[in-house]
Amino acid sequence: MSTKTPTVNKRYPKYGWHNIKRDFQLNYALTLMILPVFAFYIIFHYGPMYGLQIAFRDYNPVDGVTGSPWVGLRHFISFFNNFYFGRLIRNTLLISVETLVFGFPAPIIFAILLNEIRTSWYKRTLQTLSYLPYFISTVVMCGIIVNFTRSDGVINDIVAAFGGQRKTMLQYPQYFRPVYVISGIWQSLGWNSIIYLAAISGIDMQLYEAAKIDGAGRFAQVFHVTIPSIAPTIIILFILRMGSMFSVGSDKVLLLYNSATYETADVISTYVYRRGILDGDFSFSAAVGLFNSLINFFLIIVTNKISSMVSETSLW
Amino acid sequence: MAKNKITVNKANKIKASFGSILFDTFNHIFLGLVAIICLYPLLYVLWASLSDPLSLMKHTGILWAPLQPPTLWGYRLTMQNKNILVGYQNTLFLVVVGTTLNVFFTAMAGYVLSRKTYLWRNLIMALITFTMFFGGGMIPTFLLVKGIGLYDSRWALIIPGIVSTYNLIITRTAMAALPDSLEESAKLDGAGDFTIFLRIALPLTKANIAVITLYYAVGHWNAWFNALLYLKSSSKWPLQMILRQILIINDTSNMSDVNASANQDADMMFMARELVQYAVIIVSTLPILAVYPFIQKYFVKGVMIGSIKG
Repeated sequence: MSTKTPTVNKRYPKYGWHNIKRDFQLNYALTLMILPVFAFYIIFHYGPMYGLQIAFRDYNPVDGVTGSPWVGLRHFISFFNNFYFGRLIRNTLLISVETLVFGFPAPIIFAILLNEIRTSWYKRTLQTLSYLPYFISTVVMCGIIVNFTRSDGVINDIVAAFGGQRKTMLQYPQYFRPVYVISGIWQSLGWNSIIYLAAISGIDMQLYEAAKIDGAGRFAQVFHVTIPSIAPTIIILFILRMGSMFSVGSDKVLLLYNSATYETADVISTYVYRRGILDGDFSFSAAVGLFNSLINFFLIIVTNKISSMVSETSLW
Repeated sequence: MAKNKITVNKANKIKASFGSILFDTFNHIFLGLVAIICLYPLLYVLWASLSDPLSLMKHTGILWAPLQPPTLWGYRLTMQNKNILVGYQNTLFLVVVGTTLNVFFTAMAGYVLSRKTYLWRNLIMALITFTMFFGGGMIPTFLLVKGIGLYDSRWALIIPGIVSTYNLIITRTAMAALPDSLEESAKLDGAGDFTIFLRIALPLTKANIAVITLYYAVGHWNAWFNALLYLKSSSKWPLQMILRQILIINDTSNMSDVNASANQDADMMFMARELVQYAVIIVSTLPILAVYPFIQKYFVKGVMIGSIKG
């Protein structure tokens, strides 16, 4: 008997009884092996999706997820009419856009500049140091930020040395986003440059030689060889990044914001946390979360479509 | 700085122009500054943690070295602190037990889903991939975890995240690349699927296993949000939750030793708190930084694997 025999017999419907039986005879061990993980996905991924029905119900612990009374779209409508609706959308989008505008080009520029360094030990050292912040936990990083931006912290020392006013920055709404975005760049600059460095190292050296013979200097080589060669990578990462435009994680915001800075710092995910977990308003916050998930899902589908149109690359 | 190190490619006989040398010089210095900025905040914390607390309180501006006379007071207080020790233990439990289970189940599922003759492969894969794009979100997940009785249990930080879809997909890709002939010859020798997985697929995808082990381990080490959601009793809190208490909420009230050793003196208490904050950052980050230079290349490899369409 050859082990290469395909399990599926084409004469019968693929998921018909005949093939299911045959597959179980041959692959029952595989089925047993996948079972725990299959159960995990059903329970912990599809379970919460089933639980999303509480967004359309008035959840109370006594009646449970499936027993609480239906209320239709009431929670959604009350969210759209909510005093904070505009603020949440604005903050979520602005944090995303600012992270994108300042955070997206930074690793590209870093990778290109790094590639121009020919001293290999220096280049390696720079790389190692630049990846380092990525491994610091969010809590520790936010702890450092809180410490540095205090009115007697090191950043205020520098500000004061230039004649500025000392301020506990995280108490002022106007500083929240700059602090958030800059610290984000600090943490991910080196790490995000890895993929561009890989793209650059894949460029055919002949292109550079040809450019040199045609009289291209260092800058001309960067602008006419390096950048065009990594442009597909840049475009795809940009498009895919657009797909997460509406998802700002709650982790870092929760650690950095406080009621004084809700004006600029409160995003959808932190609002869901406060209303749901802290206030126990489960149905309403599930509705807000579902609204956000649907937008994210839609954006991912659209950006992936665009990505596969622009290039061969797509997520599936 | 490293000006004399700049090598001009002599082979092509084109002399480096003045502009080119100028650019190189600036580039070396600029990127050197970027690297220093990446490193400096940690150095500042390290130096501050070793500084004399009184001088540190008076000091303004950046630090170049620990302020004299250096002291280990902050570290002594940290080590005496029960919460931090308990947090460390809880985190170690999560990292060791959690990561082991993560890797085992991820690898096993990755193996099954890489078998081309398995009938349910595509169906299960579609089911799994979909969860990357849509999920129930925080609230239904919270109610579910509470509903099945995991609330306030350490397992709430392990079981709901036992397999990460991203890691599963890169594992599946790695295992699908193994030649079919290996599986065939093992089957002829009488090996079952589980044996093939354990004795052939696992050892041959060591690099990938190393990558996902690191991802999971660092994930457990750094995680705090699920603990905030699911763990009520602080005796089960991982280190990061304790750190949040000390660093962000600035609450050292339950650190009786800090308060006791400070003798209720407000200044002393303030200084002790300050030093402890710096010291805990170092103590909690040190394990990762210590192994970081050795494991760095695996992480980089992980990014590469992930960037190839799986």
